[in-house]
Amino acid sequence: MSILVIAEHDNSSLKQATLNVVAAAKAIGGDIDVLVAGENCGAVAEAAAKAEGVNKVLVADNAAYGHFLGENLGELVAEVGKGYSHILAAAGTVGKDFMPRVAALLDVAQVSDIMRVESEDTFVRPIYAGNAIATVKSSDSIKVITVRPTAFDPVAGEGGSAAVEQLDVVKDAGLSQFVSEELAKSDRPDLASAGIVVSGGRGMQNGDNFKMLEQVADLMGAAVGASRAAVDAGFVPNDMQVGQTGKIVAPQLYIAVGISGAIQHLAGMSDSKVIVAINKDEEAPIFQVADYGLVADLFEAVPQLEEELKKVL
Amino acid sequence: MKVLVAVKRVIDYNVKVRVKPDNTGVDLANVKMAMNPFCEIAVEEAVRLKEKGVASEIVVVSIGPKAAQEQIRTALALGADRGIHVETDEEVQSLEAAKLLKSVVEKEEPKLVILGKQSIDSDNNQTGQMLAALTGMAQGTFASEVVVEGEKVNVTREVDGGLMTVSLNLPAVVTTDLRLNEPRYASLPNIMKAKKKPLESMSPADLGVDIAPRLSTLKVEAPASRQAGVKVADVAELVDKLKNEAKVI
Ligand SMILES: Cc1cc2nc3c(=O)[nH]c(=O)nc-3n(C[C@H](O)[C@H](O)[C@H](O)COP(=O)(O)OP(=O)(O)OC[C@H]3O[C@@H](n4cnc5c(N)ncnc54)[C@H](O)[C@@H]3O)c2cc1C
Repeated sequence: MSILVIAEHDNSSLKQATLNVVAAAKAIGGDIDVLVAGENCGAVAEAAAKAEGVNKVLVADNAAYGHFLGENLGELVAEVGKGYSHILAAAGTVGKDFMPRVAALLDVAQVSDIMRVESEDTFVRPIYAGNAIATVKSSDSIKVITVRPTAFDPVAGEGGSAAVEQLDVVKDAGLSQFVSEELAKSDRPDLASAGIVVSGGRGMQNGDNFKMLEQVADLMGAAVGASRAAVDAGFVPNDMQVGQTGKIVAPQLYIAVGISGAIQHLAGMSDSKVIVAINKDEEAPIFQVADYGLVADLFEAVPQLEEELKKVL
Repeated sequence: MKVLVAVKRVIDYNVKVRVKPDNTGVDLANVKMAMNPFCEIAVEEAVRLKEKGVASEIVVVSIGPKAAQEQIRTALALGADRGIHVETDEEVQSLEAAKLLKSVVEKEEPKLVILGKQSIDSDNNQTGQMLAALTGMAQGTFASEVVVEGEKVNVTREVDGGLMTVSLNLPAVVTTDLRLNEPRYASLPNIMKAKKKPLESMSPADLGVDIAPRLSTLKVEAPASRQAGVKVADVAELVDKLKNEAKVI
């Protein structure tokens, strides 16, 4: 078996999710190659070559891939991937965008968001917002798979020494152009891979009040997340949404503040190791999944939390 | 410009999903069904494009059992002009759904196809992208804004890092995210009017598509459930537990 892992990166650094996907590839077993497609992404290729268990790094460095447009990546990966038994990418917004194109071009099904590998053709994945867990078997010759990064412990990012090979395949479908982007700038850790996440919901009342959560988060080196209601209300940007249709997180500690615990929210955080809920409604469903529940008004509890943390950290 | 919208009948998002005791799937007997929420957003966007004079006709298509006609009628009541029902009682997976939609696209030749980014049953997030690949169209996935300008459409996409805007050649495929719009409710007069709008029915065989699934579901289980923990009396106790009991800070 031979597995092609598509690296997730921003042209300058390799995202940790790639190491989680390599771990999923190891669970399948076989030779693992990593494809780095981007523009001026040499540093990413070097980083990928150091990852544990990687056989070879293929680099497609061209302006056509600079913004990870799905049309171009789809054609590239379908071309490069057709000699492999499995093609894997992280189930982030880049992978979710181009991987189904790869599957369609290869005329195979895609298995989305796998949480476990049972065998080379059988995988476990959540359906119905994680209310059910399906074991699915693929009968296709090439398995196109997106991986839920939080479900696999990452391989080591250092120690490997894979060969790096430049590809000269340029696939520019000419269908789409990048116009602009507004990327959230934050010194906090990446939400999807942070060890601690502090999230706020509708109970926060407005965007300014999120500062309280940021102060608490900064004391602990945590990322800040949100419920859909908080994003829809415009308190915080969309990239902070945790849930079925937002980001999936599984930190050591998840603190939900003013979040009721709708099933769509739980789908994104219920694999956290320890869950804390702060909510003034003792009937809120979030308490059914919380290891530690505090029934309190968040506007009193969060400033107190900041003070208490300052004492112990 | 003609807009094609694909909608799916799924379990209502408020329903508590239960896995069948024999682990063959989830229990759908006597469960409330509805239009997939992302598809509602797709219909709404098409209707707004028509209200702006950008879209001239909205065709809505659904693949599924006879009862999926309810969701087509809902879309017609919301403002779509006519419906296409690809009727089948078989399970239709994303690749096969995309192939069926491709046949419909070839017949209808829409300038824009709008779909939900994912359906809340299978949570696959695949069909729109597969349709785009099969038809050689550009795609604007996870859209939070759609602006048609001449022969292009600018789509602002919700991505992991924030927002990204792309310009797509038409015809194109757009998949909706939650912030694209807030869908309206159908009014009673419009629900009555929708009953008279044309709805054409066809089978996958009529469209020449083999819908045999490539993935087989071996079993469906309930997730490992979390036990509710303890209530703490105050913040001091919470911090003490996090530090000394859970050891996570
Ligand atoms: C298709 C679809 C997809 C969705 N995807 C997602 C998703 O990915 N992520 C997601 O989060 N949701 C998602 N949702 C929405 C979800 O159903 C809920 O509506 C949402 O999670 C509710 O957010 P909330 O808990 O912040 O708000 P609410 O449910 O309104 O809860 C607010 C909570 O704050 C508490 N509160 C208020 N004031 C205070 C105070 N002063 N002190 C303490 N507590 C207070 C209240 O008691 C309440 O429990 C989705 C819905 C649909 C239909």
